[in-house]
Amino acid sequence: MNLTLRIWRQKGPEDKGRMVTYPVDDVSPDMSFLEMLDVLNERLILAGEDPVAFDHDCREGICGMCGLMINGDAHGPQRGTTACQLHMRQFTDGETIDIEPWRASAFPVVKDLVVNRSAFDRIIAAGGYVTAPTGSAPEAHSTPVAKANADAAFESAACIGCGACVAACPNGSGMLFTAAKLTQLSLLPQGQPERYTRVIGMVDAHDEAGFGGCTNAGECTPACPKGIPLNTIGRLNRDYLAATAKGANNTPGS
Amino acid sequence: MAVTGILLALFLIAHMLGNLKVFTGETSFDHYAHWLRDIGKPLLPGVWFLWILRTVLVVAVVAHIVAATVLARRARAARPVKYAHRKKVNGSYAARTMRWGGVIILLFVIYHLLDLTTGTLNPVGNESKPYGNVVADFAPERWYVTLFYTLAILAVGFHLRHGAFSAFRSLGQQTPRGERRARTAALIFAVLLCAGYLVVPFAVLTGLVS
Repeated sequence: MNLTLRIWRQKGPEDKGRMVTYPVDDVSPDMSFLEMLDVLNERLILAGEDPVAFDHDCREGICGMCGLMINGDAHGPQRGTTACQLHMRQFTDGETIDIEPWRASAFPVVKDLVVNRSAFDRIIAAGGYVTAPTGSAPEAHSTPVAKANADAAFESAACIGCGACVAACPNGSGMLFTAAKLTQLSLLPQGQPERYTRVIGMVDAHDEAGFGGCTNAGECTPACPKGIPLNTIGRLNRDYLAATAKGANNTPGS
Repeated sequence: MAVTGILLALFLIAHMLGNLKVFTGETSFDHYAHWLRDIGKPLLPGVWFLWILRTVLVVAVVAHIVAATVLARRARAARPVKYAHRKKVNGSYAARTMRWGGVIILLFVIYHLLDLTTGTLNPVGNESKPYGNVVADFAPERWYVTLFYTLAILAVGFHLRHGAFSAFRSLGQQTPRGERRARTAALIFAVLLCAGYLVVPFAVLTGLVS
């Protein structure tokens, strides 16, 4: 396959950045999208040019490090797939592919396609955990959990924190991430004691990080490589309303 | 957004039911219109009830617009650098057009008040004869008025289709099955409301009401 790539190049956080065109020849359709970028980078290095910086780690679709806006789709055209698990057979010979970083003021560009997603860490730090030390995994039957709750909590827990929901959202909102990280705890017995301080703390941290507000536009779920359902945000809304009615503040354990 | 939106949607239902009284004849419709000014009598003097209702509606409209503006400003601030390549979004047409649709609806409401409440832009504009005002408004030679009303009502329909679902979600609708129900309910509500509103101008246009 011969492709034309238009890639966002930005030297650093202060640089203005621009789209740069690179022709890439002899791409195998069995390559992953990141392997295709590796090939481009090897050629750039041989030519003495600066390689394209992009985030990646496990390349198995489970770590959440990779994240590219490919032709306007977060993680590319295939649904339920991270950029590292996307194969070049999804594209046609001679195609022009636009590659951009996630665009959000809460995710400033570090270099080229790498963005700083520590805003997500701040949301987790504001309550996305259980304070009590739980030790090693307990006997599964010692705490009964309804099957439906276990399934829904597991669905939320599948979130890898890649940021595709923010990238796809027309409002630049991180509500699907926040809701997933919240409901994986609020659906389980272990998450109950801090349930209502958690929701206030995490939503406040989300807003302070500069993410936009959710308008239920529904762009996030189709972009999510783990397919986290939109109704997860409804669970967050319900907890938030209950917490506001109770007058809970955002101090964990209060 | 959800609470003020629900208040306004309840008003839309009542307003549509009132409009449909046009099919019961001139006397009945005019009597209904005059009764609206007298609700609450003798407990409340004069048109007090009407003014209380108007105040609630204006507060709801203003609060709705303020909340929407805050959301729009936050959305703009959250993405200072736009995508060079962005597909048309996956979501519904209704969800995409909430903001500009809302602006169109606001402009329509202003025109509508000047037309059928104050009578300033109405060809008859006789406050005591609302039936005559409506018939004159949608007369066949004023087809452009009917066209504008139709477009505005369709904008309201799209706004409600996403807005009603979104209100359920904001107030804590949380299951996948409930989401399907909420979306269906929102669609049926929007279609019924559009039909209820559009039947009046088209009845005048076709001579069913004259």
